[in-house]
Amino acid sequence: MTALPRQPGKRQLGLVIDLDTCVGCHACAVACKQWNSTGSGGPLSDIDPYGKAPDGVWLNRVHSYEVAADSARGQPATTLHFPRSCLHCAEPACVTVCPTGASYKRAEDGIVLVDESKCIGCKLCSWACPYGAREYDEVAGVIKKCTLCVDRIYNEQLDETERVPACVQACPTRARHFGDLGDPDSAVSRLVAERSGRDLMPELGYRPTNKYLPPRPRRAAGSAPPAAETLDPQALPPLLRWLDRVLSR
Amino acid sequence: MKPAFSVIFFTTLSGAGYGMLFWLGLHYAWSPLPLSREFAAILFALALLLISIGLLSSLLHLGKPARAWRALSQWQSSWLSREGLLAMTSYAPALGLMALIWLGALSLPAQALGALLALIALATVSATAMIYASLRTIPAWHDWRVLPVYLLYAVLSGGLLLMTLLSLTGWRPASAVLYVAAAGLIALTALKLSYWQALVTLEHTPEPASALGLAPGSVVHAFERPHTERSFITREMGFVLARKHARVLRLLAIVLSALLPLLALLISHRLAAPAGVLASAVLAMGLGAVLERWLFFAEARHVVMRYYP
Repeated sequence: MTALPRQPGKRQLGLVIDLDTCVGCHACAVACKQWNSTGSGGPLSDIDPYGKAPDGVWLNRVHSYEVAADSARGQPATTLHFPRSCLHCAEPACVTVCPTGASYKRAEDGIVLVDESKCIGCKLCSWACPYGAREYDEVAGVIKKCTLCVDRIYNEQLDETERVPACVQACPTRARHFGDLGDPDSAVSRLVAERSGRDLMPELGYRPTNKYLPPRPRRAAGSAPPAAETLDPQALPPLLRWLDRVLSR
Repeated sequence: MKPAFSVIFFTTLSGAGYGMLFWLGLHYAWSPLPLSREFAAILFALALLLISIGLLSSLLHLGKPARAWRALSQWQSSWLSREGLLAMTSYAPALGLMALIWLGALSLPAQALGALLALIALATVSATAMIYASLRTIPAWHDWRVLPVYLLYAVLSGGLLLMTLLSLTGWRPASAVLYVAAAGLIALTALKLSYWQALVTLEHTPEPASALGLAPGSVVHAFERPHTERSFITREMGFVLARKHARVLRLLAIVLSALLPLLALLISHRLAAPAGVLASAVLAMGLGAVLERWLFFAEARHVVMRYYP
């Protein structure tokens, strides 16, 4: 059913992404592509992968931006690396526009999924998503999206430490955190409260589950020009004072 | 947004078909047209043919056309599903009314079916418009003018086509018909002009800082995209060809779909055999509708492009 769960469950699994520590290495995107190409979701197809114009489905894309210096806030220019994937919204219009019931939001954990055996490939859900999280697979003729690695997180064949989404496990700077955002006492919820985690485009009213932690403000010293070099010979110990005199000749 | 020709042809062709069914239904609800049953059957068949060609062409843009029947299931939440369901339902009163006209039974049941047909025809076109108008992600479509414009295009193009065909039988439109048509064409022009005016201010919300979760007003430039080549997102949502030529194309669309048909209506009123002039009005309006629909897609910006500043 494309109707949203009437009583949204307390459990809302999702990701918290730390934009302060993300270094834009694309490891999450590659791990995502690897897991979802080989897992139960079937291949994420590529067209002309080794040719002149490679094209293919990715469920996670990492953008890199320059944030201009902001004198009003005393912030220098910085780089910002921004991984973009499905936010598993509380009010996902991608689900309600689906004419077939292929798209659905699970009541038990809030994950938004596509039943690929029902999808007709009309692409309307991709139009309804403001975050570009749904990509059409030209080969399969259906829409693909992030599953929050639903085939990992509940997978008892895997070691318990590996029951996290592939992107979270791959992140070398631990910029990605996975957990229950419906529980205010969970580690991820506390992180969001501590670091003022943000919703993306909240004005559109999709109420995303995933949160983004904004970059920490740079210390004021970081933006000041480096101090000029000074050397006070009188403050040096005798041996170094002598060396300074010899070298200054 | 990338204009999909299958969807453009679907909305214009079946729009005209539903417009014809609307007027036919309305007329038989009020009083029967003075037609032979054969000619009436031809009119209904033509309307249903336009609708069916349109519906089949809309299947072409699906990845899995064989599963299209599934699209009838989610009418509780999805406008696309409602459109499909209404489109399927509309065949019943159309074929039923056709049968009653053939049998010459033009009393109350035929009148009731006519009223129902007119209503379902309008509802189907409205559902099509709402697919677009309900998307908050495309500000240019999330606009109150989208629904009346879709309805006017359907009712006017179907009406002009019906007038042309009826004039072949020697039927002359009453002055009231001409007034209604002229008012509709003028309303269409006004709505489109005000829509294009509004597009100017619609463009810039939400700002890129909001898309990235940064402090409001942060100035952001992209220095590296996630992909070196184009992706589904940039192909589908990042279509930019039309904006360059928007002024000329808008002018052409409104001249073809409203001003030329208006002129043709005025001329046809003074002619003994207006079929030729009316046919040219239908042709102009058809071309205008295709162009307007193409612009409707090509000019619309999707908010996901905030990630590609």
